[in-house]
Amino acid sequence: MSKSGKIFVISCSGIGKALGTVGRTAMYEVVEKLRPNEATTVCLPLITIGDETVLKLVRTNSCISVDGCPFQCARKNIEASKGKLVASFMVTDVLRENRGLKPEGVIELNPKGLKLASRLAEKIVRQIDETNKNR
Amino acid sequence: MAIAKDKVGIVSCSGEDLPEGTISRIATRMVLEKLRPDDTVTICLPLFLAGSEDERAFAKVFPTIAVDGCDKRCAEVGTKKYSGKPVATIVVSEIIKKYPRLKAKSRDKLSAEEKELALKVAKEIAAKVDEVLGRKKLRGVTG
Ligand code: SF4
Ligand code: SF4
Repeated sequence: MSKSGKIFVISCSGIGKALGTVGRTAMYEVVEKLRPNEATTVCLPLITIGDETVLKLVRTNSCISVDGCPFQCARKNIEASKGKLVASFMVTDVLRENRGLKPEGVIELNPKGLKLASRLAEKIVRQIDETNKNR
Repeated sequence: MAIAKDKVGIVSCSGEDLPEGTISRIATRMVLEKLRPDDTVTICLPLFLAGSEDERAFAKVFPTIAVDGCDKRCAEVGTKKYSGKPVATIVVSEIIKKYPRLKAKSRDKLSAEEKELALKVAKEIAAKVDEVLGRKKLRGVTG
C-alpha cells in the first residue's frame, strides 16, 4: 500500500536509552493500531543517509517527529532534510507530565514504560486528527 | 585521534519500517547488555547528523561494526559518511537466509521465534567483536 498521502510518524528509536524505546513503541501503537489508515512510518536512518525516495516522501507529506531525549535526532534529521514537519514530541516532556511512569529496559520495556508509550501515542493521535482536520 | 583498542563500537540501523531493523536493534542490545557488555559501546545512529563533532568522532575513536537490517546498509553508509569507515558490517537480512525455519514478521514486540533469530544475529556480532579485539581463539560466542 502506498505511503503517500499519509502522515509520517518518525521516531528516533534511540538505542542507548529506554526513552528511545518508548518513542518507538508509541509510534508503532499509532501506525499499527490507532491510526493505521492515516499514519505510517519510514526508517529514520534512510533520512540520515539522504535516501532520495524517502527524502521525497518527507518533503511532500506531513511529518511528526517522536524523540527520546532533548537531542531530538528525529526532528533535526527531518528539518535538515527539509521535511514537512508539523509537530514534534519528546518522551522526556511526557515523562515530566507522568512522573510515576519511569521507563526501564531497551530490549523490553517495563509496564510503566509501556503505559508512558500509550500516553504519548494518545498525544500523537490527537495531533494527527488535528492535522487532518485542517487539511 | 587515538583509537581505543579495548572497546568496539556497534552502530545499529534500528530500521523502524522493517522487522529486520527491529532484529538489528535488539541483537545489538543483546551484545551490549549480555554477550559482550565490557567490550562494546554504542551511539544512536541519527545522532551523527543531529549531534556535534564529539558524536561524529565515534568511529575514529572506536573500531566500529555496523549492524544493518537490510541491504540499504544505513548504519554502514551513515557511519562512513559522518564518522569513519566501519571495520565490518553485519546485515540481518543476509544472516536470516541461513535460518529459513525462522521468520522475522513483527516490527514492534518480538515473538519467541524472532527473539531466537535476534540471538543468532547477536552471536554473529559478538564473534565479530572478538575478531576485532583479536580474541577469536580465546573466547566462544556463547557469552
Ligand atoms: S533523540 Fe537522539 S540521542 Fe536521544 S534517544 Fe533519540 S536517537 Fe538517542
Ligand atoms: S538498513 Fe534497511 S532496515 Fe535498516 S534503517 Fe536502513 S532501510 Fe531500514
